[in-house]
Amino acid sequence: MITRSEVPLRVITSSPEAILKAKKRTRLSFRQIRTENVFNKSLMIMGLIMIVLVLGILLTLVIQSLPSIKALGPKYLWSKVWDPVQDVYGAWPFLLGTLMTSFLALIISIPFSISIAIFLGEYHPQGWLPNFLKNAVELIAAVPSVIYGFWGLAVLVPQVRKLESLLGVEPMGVGVFSASLILAIMVIPYAASLGRSMINMVPSHLKEAAYGLGATRWEVIRSVVLPYTKSGLFAGILLSLGRALGETMAVTMVIGNSSLIPKNIFAPGNTMASVIANEFTEADKPVYLSALIELGLVLFLVTVVINMIGKRVIDRFTND
Amino acid sequence: MESTIIKSRGFNASFGANHVVKNVNIDIPRNHIIAVMGPSGCGKTTYLRCINRMHELIPGATSSGEMLLNEEDVYKMHPIFVRLKIGMVFQRPNPFPNLSIYDNVIAGYKLNGIKLAKAERDRIVEHSLTRVALWNEVKDSLTKKGSFLSGGQQQRLCIARAVAMEPEVILFDEPTSALDPISTSTVEELFHELKANYTLIVVTHNMQQAARVSDKTAFFYLGELVEYDETKIMFTNPKDNRTQNYITGRFS
Amino acid sequence: MQLESVKYRLGKSRGFQVLIYILAFACVVPLLYILGFIIQAGITKINWHFLINIPKPVGESGGGIANAIVGSILIIAVASAIAIPIGIMAGIYLSENRKSRLAYWVRLSTDILQGVPSIVIGIIAYFWLVKPLRGFSALSGSVALAIMMLPIIVRSTEETLKLLPDSLKEAALALGMPFHRVIFKVIVPVGIGGILSGVMLSIARITGETAPLLFTAFGNPYLSVNLTKPMQSLPLLIFNYATSPYTDWLNLAWGASLILLVWVLFLNIFTKILTRKWKVQL
Repeated sequence: MITRSEVPLRVITSSPEAILKAKKRTRLSFRQIRTENVFNKSLMIMGLIMIVLVLGILLTLVIQSLPSIKALGPKYLWSKVWDPVQDVYGAWPFLLGTLMTSFLALIISIPFSISIAIFLGEYHPQGWLPNFLKNAVELIAAVPSVIYGFWGLAVLVPQVRKLESLLGVEPMGVGVFSASLILAIMVIPYAASLGRSMINMVPSHLKEAAYGLGATRWEVIRSVVLPYTKSGLFAGILLSLGRALGETMAVTMVIGNSSLIPKNIFAPGNTMASVIANEFTEADKPVYLSALIELGLVLFLVTVVINMIGKRVIDRFTND
Repeated sequence: MESTIIKSRGFNASFGANHVVKNVNIDIPRNHIIAVMGPSGCGKTTYLRCINRMHELIPGATSSGEMLLNEEDVYKMHPIFVRLKIGMVFQRPNPFPNLSIYDNVIAGYKLNGIKLAKAERDRIVEHSLTRVALWNEVKDSLTKKGSFLSGGQQQRLCIARAVAMEPEVILFDEPTSALDPISTSTVEELFHELKANYTLIVVTHNMQQAARVSDKTAFFYLGELVEYDETKIMFTNPKDNRTQNYITGRFS
Repeated sequence: MQLESVKYRLGKSRGFQVLIYILAFACVVPLLYILGFIIQAGITKINWHFLINIPKPVGESGGGIANAIVGSILIIAVASAIAIPIGIMAGIYLSENRKSRLAYWVRLSTDILQGVPSIVIGIIAYFWLVKPLRGFSALSGSVALAIMMLPIIVRSTEETLKLLPDSLKEAALALGMPFHRVIFKVIVPVGIGGILSGVMLSIARITGETAPLLFTAFGNPYLSVNLTKPMQSLPLLIFNYATSPYTDWLNLAWGASLILLVWVLFLNIFTKILTRKWKVQL
């Protein structure tokens, strides 16, 4: 006996065929409901995978760093000597190298990034010329880092070597300076594109008020646009910084891979990322490998924090 | 078959803490056209969407009370079964943009994976489009996508899509508010023809429309069902003051 | 006095404008220089033999990068096969659950994952796959790349689906359709443009990645299609041969660089065309 709730379609005639059809339709609906439940659960599981991945990354990094954390303690981070052959591990050369290259790259790239942002956001938002520039900047971000490294090795490094002999510094070519230069180029698009969209968002009535008071173009930019987008530009710079910190290949190829503390910017060095790339497969002792992983853990935490701060700043800016 | 197809007893609906439908008791007779009218925010659309369980799709939306279709509580069945028996036509015509007119009409079958013989499919499409007076206008362009149709034609296509499922009840949520006057009257004419085979519940913010098309009218105000009576009586001799005020245009 | 001060201010404004213009377009110079150099250095190295052969041992001239090309294609294909279904489903989950507590953490995890340096992901894939399976493998490389693809696919799917009008979903549900059919038969077909663009973008992103493959796929001087063994890929080959002292290998690296560059640029341009054609927001 079919109760009415099991008959999805109206049974207009109660002929046996009609009832059979209705029963079949009901069975289909029940099958669909079961599949729907499975599907909904699968969606949630796929979402959970993202959480599991992040937690897994953190957990793996921590667990694999434990041997080094236990053996070396916190002073690992500021110890100055890295000599795996003698079983001496100190991360300071790499922390310093990372800081030097990243900040130097930022300092070099910021004027260019901000200029692009102001040009595209303020002076020339539409037209074929800005489109060309926008595409060119996106292209800079699209070029693989290993190609930057190769070009750097083949072209930039010899030039830097010439510069170094002119300056009376040891002419190695590779070093913190070359790495910072390449990094600066690679990192330009990030602050530029974020900065552009922030500058675009400046409400025109604010600018018009300034123009109405007789301000020049530059004065409007300096006193209205830039202060308004201060936090957005800051977030863009953070984004570029996060990218610079994690960049591996181009840096590895031109930084000289030295574990000594760089004496000046022309000296060779290593960043956290580049030393991991170079020595990971050669780390034959557990503490050696673990010390490298600990660097990876520091890198992970620092980049995550910087990216999160940047995102927070952007969210707050766009929601105001 | 009893003559009452849908009954509500003590029915309430809320959006979180916002109680928008309060204690509705109503009997809707089979093969009638019921208009549901009231000022904006009175709960009429929310009530309608509770009948085919669309209300609960909104996060935080809740309801309580009895909503009976043929003496069975709609909230005790799986929503899929409810919606196979109670179809809906929305305020803005929403044919599926990636499907042809033909496929739009049988979307309820095709998208559900139900395989029908071609003859059967053709029959359903022609039958449904004829029921909504659209067959002659589109019979030569069935394989085209419906984007060239006018608003009124698109809405009739949506009605055909609902009709093709052979539901017992069809709910209309302000079906002509996005249409021009001519399309509006074409759709209103349809209601009379559809009445023979379906029960229609039409929410409208246009009380002239309610007066024109319906057999009985329900007047909602601030979430309550204030008055429910035969349309003629409702509009000539309303029993509640609030109904009187609404009809005479004191508020809208 | 007044007039001079105004002239000065206008001059300053003009001066800054010129400065901004110069600085902005100055960035194009190194880009064009790099592109031009790669093209010029690589174009002479590419010929049919180059594409068909694998690298010869040091000292012998000739040889090619076939193993790297095939390897790249395979690794990327497997990575896509892993990342696309998971990414799209997770994106659907997020677009359907805007406010839930769990969705917040999923979204946060996706954002965090996007910022993880690629070398760290390589480390992770090493410990998750290479060590337990006792050997480098193309599969571990694919997993590393898939992890990098996921955030892009998830976010672009979510953004695309969020833009679709609710009326589409409601029309389908009102016809008694179960949710999975609403998604796959109605929502996804209408939003396929944006979803595909996100997928293409993620592929373009990982095609040039080297760091995640350093200790996973590891590289292979021979042409291999075995996913459980080490495999060569274009970026890996470039890295290894570019840092070697052998001219033959350097030549291979130049040719490979040009191929990789053209491939990545083509993917990016293609994605742009798709995005513009379907007018999507990424």
